[in-house]
Amino acid sequence: MKFAIDIFTVVMVSSGVVFFMAGTVGLLRFPDTLTRLHALTKVDNLGLGLIVFGLLPQAQGLLGALKLLSIWVLVQLSGAIVSQLIAQATQRSGRQT
Amino acid sequence: MTSFLFAAAIFVLVMEALGLVRILRGPADADRILSVQLIGSGGVAVLLLLSAATQTPAIMDVALMLALLATFVSVAFLRDVRHSDEPTNT
Amino acid sequence: MTYDVLFDLGLAGVLIAIAAGAIFARGSFVSLVLFMVYGLLLAIVWVRLSAVDVALTETAIGGGVTGMLLLGAASRLRATKGSAVKAGFPARLAAGALCILVSIALGIVVYALPEVPPTLAPIAKENLASSGLGNPVAGVLFVYRALDTLLEKVVLLLALAGVWSLAQDQAWGGMPGLRVYAKPNSILVFLAQVLPPVGITVGIYMFWAGANRPGGAFQGGTVLAAMWLLVMMARLREVPAIDTLWVRQLLVVGPAIFLLIGLLGFVFADSFLAYPPDHAKPLIVIAEAALTLSIGVTLALLVAGPPERMRQ
Repeated sequence: MKFAIDIFTVVMVSSGVVFFMAGTVGLLRFPDTLTRLHALTKVDNLGLGLIVFGLLPQAQGLLGALKLLSIWVLVQLSGAIVSQLIAQATQRSGRQT
Repeated sequence: MTSFLFAAAIFVLVMEALGLVRILRGPADADRILSVQLIGSGGVAVLLLLSAATQTPAIMDVALMLALLATFVSVAFLRDVRHSDEPTNT
Repeated sequence: MTYDVLFDLGLAGVLIAIAAGAIFARGSFVSLVLFMVYGLLLAIVWVRLSAVDVALTETAIGGGVTGMLLLGAASRLRATKGSAVKAGFPARLAAGALCILVSIALGIVVYALPEVPPTLAPIAKENLASSGLGNPVAGVLFVYRALDTLLEKVVLLLALAGVWSLAQDQAWGGMPGLRVYAKPNSILVFLAQVLPPVGITVGIYMFWAGANRPGGAFQGGTVLAAMWLLVMMARLREVPAIDTLWVRQLLVVGPAIFLLIGLLGFVFADSFLAYPPDHAKPLIVIAEAALTLSIGVTLALLVAGPPERMRQ
């Protein structure tokens, strides 16, 4: 049973790290601010989310698992809103150049 | 498991270091704030991995603080986003 | 080489790279962003050194509040064209030499530490249980070195008075010139309505947990300050004038209650800041609650800056 849980953690965390890599590559290689923003949202959602799911079995008790999930929800929520703000700022400066 | 979690944390750290390149290159200030977002989320991931690797639940509180403060700082910096054609050497 | 050593080395390398970038970057915005990222990542270093309380404070202060303070300073420099004055080469050479000397001195000290460094930590932990606290850092702050903590909070107020003294005479008692978003922005207003309840909950949790786990009044207060600043930046609330009564009351309630508890120590226990044997923990929690409020208001007003205009 423990072995199966460990395999689950390894698979989930590895997938999460792969999405981190995808988002970073997008941040570096995409041509435009808005496209880089799109790449970055994958990091917040899927990258961190898969890592959190992978760490859930390793958490200590129900409270620890709840804390992990709420940290993920907080990062997603604030990441989404800040992305909207960044996109708005980019559009405004684009319109005025 | 501990070694694997540390290895994953190293990987995320390397990704964050690559994100720093975007801070240096720009060209717009909004790109730099994007990188701050990456480093914020990456930092949270690293801290959560460390918390599981060392079995220290208190580190999750640091991740929580980091999530809040990274958002706050991004909003503070966005007051100052300037147009990409303005000179930035002030 | 085991993975945790590899992680520490990688972390140190990234931090040095960030520091070098912040120093050599062209443009104050880039330097500021890098400095702020440095503060955020330094928290991970503190976690690796098993100092979670310091990591919490570093994230909040080094990452959040200091970054905003420097942003305000940079914008004032731009407004007064002060950034056109560059430091001369001898000044920069002297600064660089000083940094190298300090680094070498630190290296020598760390290398020359005895195998078992002299420490009071075991004795401190042994006697902690009698105060009812579970967190040794809280024990040091409020039981063993309570006088230092009281004086630190007074120093914070003095720093705020120093910032206020930068105001022009006719603006004294007015509203600080915190730079807010120029146009009301619906996305920002949404964030400022959704995030502060979460932040306030986290801040109260940080203060409450500080008795038994890493946390405390300072960390909780800083989160409260950040949330209030967010609300003010989004223009959901106006920046209060510094002669407003509730502002002044909240600023002093923390140190005042702490001082009162200290003076009561003369009556109910042996000396100043001594606690009566069974009532140590409730008194400490009351003092910490008041201090959390005061620290939050003080830090937010420190970032807001000196008053610039009178109330209309």
